[in-house]
Amino acid sequence: MAPSKEELERRRIVGVELERVSNVTSTDFPGHYPGEDHSWNLDDFKKNSKIDIHKANDLDYEFDLIGVDASVANAFRRILISEVPTLAIETVFVHNNTSIVQDEVLAQRLGLVPLRGDKKGFQQLRWRKKSPDEPAAEATDFNTVVMTLKVACTRNHATPNTETDPSKLYFNSSVYARDIKFAPQGRQSSWFSGAGEIRPVNPDILLAKLRPGQEIDLEIHCVLGIGQDHAKFSPVATASYRLLPSIKIKKPITGEDAEKFVNCFPKGVAEVQKDKKTGENTAVVVNPRKDTVSREVLRHDEFKGKVELGRIRDHFIFSIESTGMYNSDELFLQAVQILKKKCTDFQEKLMES
Amino acid sequence: MADHDESLPDAPEYATSNIAGSEPSDDDEPLDLTHENNAKIIMLGTATDDDSCASFQFENEDHTLGNALRWIIMKNPQVEFCGYSIPHPSETKMNMRIQTYGEITAKDALIKGLADLRDLCDVVTDKFIAEKERFVAEKGN
Repeated sequence: MAPSKEELERRRIVGVELERVSNVTSTDFPGHYPGEDHSWNLDDFKKNSKIDIHKANDLDYEFDLIGVDASVANAFRRILISEVPTLAIETVFVHNNTSIVQDEVLAQRLGLVPLRGDKKGFQQLRWRKKSPDEPAAEATDFNTVVMTLKVACTRNHATPNTETDPSKLYFNSSVYARDIKFAPQGRQSSWFSGAGEIRPVNPDILLAKLRPGQEIDLEIHCVLGIGQDHAKFSPVATASYRLLPSIKIKKPITGEDAEKFVNCFPKGVAEVQKDKKTGENTAVVVNPRKDTVSREVLRHDEFKGKVELGRIRDHFIFSIESTGMYNSDELFLQAVQILKKKCTDFQEKLMES
Repeated sequence: MADHDESLPDAPEYATSNIAGSEPSDDDEPLDLTHENNAKIIMLGTATDDDSCASFQFENEDHTLGNALRWIIMKNPQVEFCGYSIPHPSETKMNMRIQTYGEITAKDALIKGLADLRDLCDVVTDKFIAEKERFVAEKGN
């Protein structure tokens, strides 16, 4: 027996009440409801799942992932943060550092600088294994990208005595990420040429300040890694999702209450409209997507029993903000591929044994 | 210190042939760093005689795969129970318990779960690419 429309709707909503949440766990498993089939069905999934892009900038993506379970959406989110590989500075060889920033502090700052370069070039790179007995532990053009940072500060004699601005008084008084120069090794000069050169995503990151006579001279080695190992390898600034809020008005809210109701929500969520039948001013929900689910509306007695707040269980509003090595859409596709590869690999191993 | 300053040697020849053997990549092809399969999984010694119940230990896996796989295995009507745990936070191991009603073995249920999750990933990829094309086309007009 198929469940009624109301019942399906009820199951889809996670209730948000004044002091508690209700209907929290998903129940779409075989055997949970007598007579209903909830077994995995690829065709049903194809039919019921949906992706809706709302914002598509290179580094900033927002889309709705509809019809998947929280466990799957969470897997994508976790992979985005900690398992998509990127290039980051791993080792810094300090030839000379007479700045006031200590070697280890400078190295730490450098590590967090996001890098970018030709995306096809990155496909040529391989892991550099950490264990010394692995043959790949040796640095080669396949696993290590070399950059240099060589800056010395000198006095600008052309400035008048009254000048107090260090950026005019001295040359190179500030060291920026743009001063890091790519030194291609072997075939890297063909993989990362011209505009595809490996460089910091943001050239204006301040790394250190210098005064005349001080100098920084470094050789920098970058390797591929994942966010699980260190946050500097994480390809995203944030990757998060939230459930689409749902606001249901059970009984009409009219007159002054309607005004008050609208003010309980962020701008654009609800509106006062003239009811076509009664001609009264009535509160209408126009865009629950903009709601923050603050529950303010539940604090007022006049709305008691008139409104129900909730979130839609299988409607995920994903937001992915890339740090710049890949575009956000590429990152999501990579995350899905990584989950797929995990499945394929374990399946293969199980079939062998 | 001195040896670090030498220029890096080129990779040995085997690496080059590996690249040549890999499939050509287009723009939508995601980065595939290694074609190697480093997955490690063992069956723990708590299986019943008919193999309808068993525990598996996944190495280097966590809630990412654990919870998603648990969900999809629970979707299998022949499975009575499926749960996972991470026994200790400083060990990168994930244990998964599967008990079936006896018509299939726990291992079969796990293999089916992995295959289903892979199919799901393919659907999500296709839908995302299709939606991206639609969005770009709409924006262009």
